[in-house]
Amino acid sequence: MRRFGIWMALGGLLLSAACGGGSAGTPATAAKPLAVGFVAEPANLDFTATEGAAIPQALLVNVYEGLVKLDQDGKIQPLLAEKWEVSPDNKTYTFTLRKGVTFTNGAPFTADDVVFSVDRVKSDWKLKIKTQMDVVDKVEKKDDHTAVVTLKRPSNGWLYSMATRLGAMFSRTGVADLANKPVGTGPYQLGSWKRGDSIQLTANEKYWGTKPQVPRITLKYFKDATAMNNALLTGGIDIISAVQAPESLAQFADPNRFQVVEGTTNGEVVLSMNNARPPFNDKKVRQAVRHAIDHRALLDTAWAGRGQLIGSMVPPTDPWYEDRTGDYPYDVAKAKELLGGKTHNVKMRIPNLPYAVAAAQVVKSQLAQVGINAEIDPLEFPARWLDVVFKQGDYDLSIINHVEPRDMGIFADKSYYFHYDNPEFGKLLASADSGTEEEQAADLKAAAKLLSDDAAADWLFLFPNLIVARKDVTGGLPKNGISEAFDFTALTKQ
Amino acid sequence: MIAYLAKRVAVLLASTATAGVVVFAFMALLPGDPAEVALGVNATPEAVEALRGQWGTDRPPLTQFLDWIGGLATGDFGVSYVTSSPIGQQIGERLGVTLTLVLGGMVIALIVAVPAGTFAAVHHRNPLGALISAFSQVGIAVPAFLAGILLVFVFAVQAQALPSGGYVPPAENPSMWFQSLLLPWLSLGLVQGAVLTRYVRSAVLEVMREDYLRTARAKGRGRMGALWRHGLRNAAIPVVTVLGLQLATLLIGAVVVERVFVIPGLGDLLLNGVAQRDLLLVQGVVMLLVVAVLLVNFVVDVAYAVLDPRLR
Repeated sequence: MRRFGIWMALGGLLLSAACGGGSAGTPATAAKPLAVGFVAEPANLDFTATEGAAIPQALLVNVYEGLVKLDQDGKIQPLLAEKWEVSPDNKTYTFTLRKGVTFTNGAPFTADDVVFSVDRVKSDWKLKIKTQMDVVDKVEKKDDHTAVVTLKRPSNGWLYSMATRLGAMFSRTGVADLANKPVGTGPYQLGSWKRGDSIQLTANEKYWGTKPQVPRITLKYFKDATAMNNALLTGGIDIISAVQAPESLAQFADPNRFQVVEGTTNGEVVLSMNNARPPFNDKKVRQAVRHAIDHRALLDTAWAGRGQLIGSMVPPTDPWYEDRTGDYPYDVAKAKELLGGKTHNVKMRIPNLPYAVAAAQVVKSQLAQVGINAEIDPLEFPARWLDVVFKQGDYDLSIINHVEPRDMGIFADKSYYFHYDNPEFGKLLASADSGTEEEQAADLKAAAKLLSDDAAADWLFLFPNLIVARKDVTGGLPKNGISEAFDFTALTKQ
Repeated sequence: MIAYLAKRVAVLLASTATAGVVVFAFMALLPGDPAEVALGVNATPEAVEALRGQWGTDRPPLTQFLDWIGGLATGDFGVSYVTSSPIGQQIGERLGVTLTLVLGGMVIALIVAVPAGTFAAVHHRNPLGALISAFSQVGIAVPAFLAGILLVFVFAVQAQALPSGGYVPPAENPSMWFQSLLLPWLSLGLVQGAVLTRYVRSAVLEVMREDYLRTARAKGRGRMGALWRHGLRNAAIPVVTVLGLQLATLLIGAVVVERVFVIPGLGDLLLNGVAQRDLLLVQGVVMLLVVAVLLVNFVVDVAYAVLDPRLR
């Protein structure tokens, strides 16, 4: 241990010497380029045709901008729209567009592009999320800087969708090769892309808003968590965008070198139970599972205590969040009573992802105490898990992090792999979408409570947003991971 | 010699064709539909169907196979499902990186193994020779990626002397290029060097017992002189064989080492391709690796024949 300390001191000395030498040649005012470590590299750059978090993470807000964006509290803020007005019947949205905005291909941004982009979701997008735009009746240009969207029925969810990738604004002359050449209005544009290694974003000199301070951001991709940690330790990168193994945080404990940011995400780690087949088609068995799991102990063991207990399908950044962890307190005797002395042998088919594997061990041992014997069957993710569990529904228990924002609605679809079937739940969701803001919150609170009462699944924990950065990175490190984008625009490095 | 060569070429072609069938069949058996993986959890069946049509994965397997193998014969690997760019081009970009890695590792292995193995053979009766043998035993037990992790820990994380990973193209910055490859080369080369040392040692020992070497020494040459003049060429035969076989291991070792050091080579391309079910890409890379191994074996066989005329 002592030797370790000496090495660290020596390393620190070398590092500070290196930094001292480097900064002498650069002017003190200019912020330096930044390198950020990510796990998943985009397969291509077209998030209208390819699923996955990696593309919007890199490009949304940074390269592509929408009319509106989400702030750190989950509230909708203006972006390319200076303001908007909603008609009294909640069906017509009139957006006043910012003037002097141009795309990086030189084309000006006007209401025509809004019409083009919104229509294009229905006509050209390939992803299922495009159905969130089905509620749009028509989108029209009033003048160059005013666009009017009319909905078929009032929908609270629609404007929220416009803050996600669905609302990204595309140039009518910039969609020829979306997979390789993104054209947006954002503060950054694509510099270069070394496939398998990194993507470089460079500052957009003609940006309409506050120009970014960091001239160049390199997104470096690491398949291996240790390699990413080492890169931060050795100065290869400045930021780890998402810590892969919370146990590894100990390496970054020195506050003179590193800062750790911990916040929440939209990711509910769900212990799904197949509501369509025995034994979990029996509500009592599902309730027994919820009582049998000591969630605090599980979080401590499986994810080093990082994360939050939630108890239902709502993260704390949604306005209708309620702490539902008290619904089914840890109670082995109660669980056994609900099972009526019966034992069950079940298959727990999990994706081979670190959090799922770690949590599955704890779930298995805790369920064994009440007489549910789970056999863990790890499946390669995504292909195998998607096929066996998600598509064929051939499982009893599974564990997966559901990362989509405001995704409680997946329980309303009984063909979804939970096979949860309660018409009351669907009615609450429909009523929430068309009601006033207050009615929406009240309905969604009731919906979350219903899910919890029915034990439609068990919510193990809310996935934490864990970022580690070098001490000299300042500005806005996004504390809560609630948007699809990793927003670079406020970062600086001294 | 010509008859021998013709026979070897025929075997090479037959094995390549067989490999093509096997690789394709294995890909077809791999679970997971590329279109479903690309479109993700929430894709509609219509979208998946449309993508299958676009990619041609809905055609009968035989059609797909003939299409693929026909393309390969003309050097066309097809277009990747996921990135929609030509696979040949992607492989080309990555191949150079992996070859640099493998060849550098091989050079280090030889630099280590030839002197160490010869020394251990000549001094096989004294403690220093035994020590080298013991070291090479340990080296054999260590996989290249573990060596890589240890090297990163010592030279990058603790000493902060070299980068822990990443790759800089030589055109961009030659000095950084060298630094970024030094640790990966060492991880592959030291482990391979340990393996080779044992073969060099036993080959040299073998040769030292031969009659012609005794004759040479009887004619007045010293031990090293006789070995140099008459022994090493003969000792090279088994070593070249092993070297060829090890080249295949080195290639596979490189796949893993690339992941440890975040190097965008063929291994990285292959593992990504598997994860994204970019089947055409995976087929292309695997086929290339198989052909590389077959070619190496072919070259070894031929080199063998050149070194030892009795085998022709």
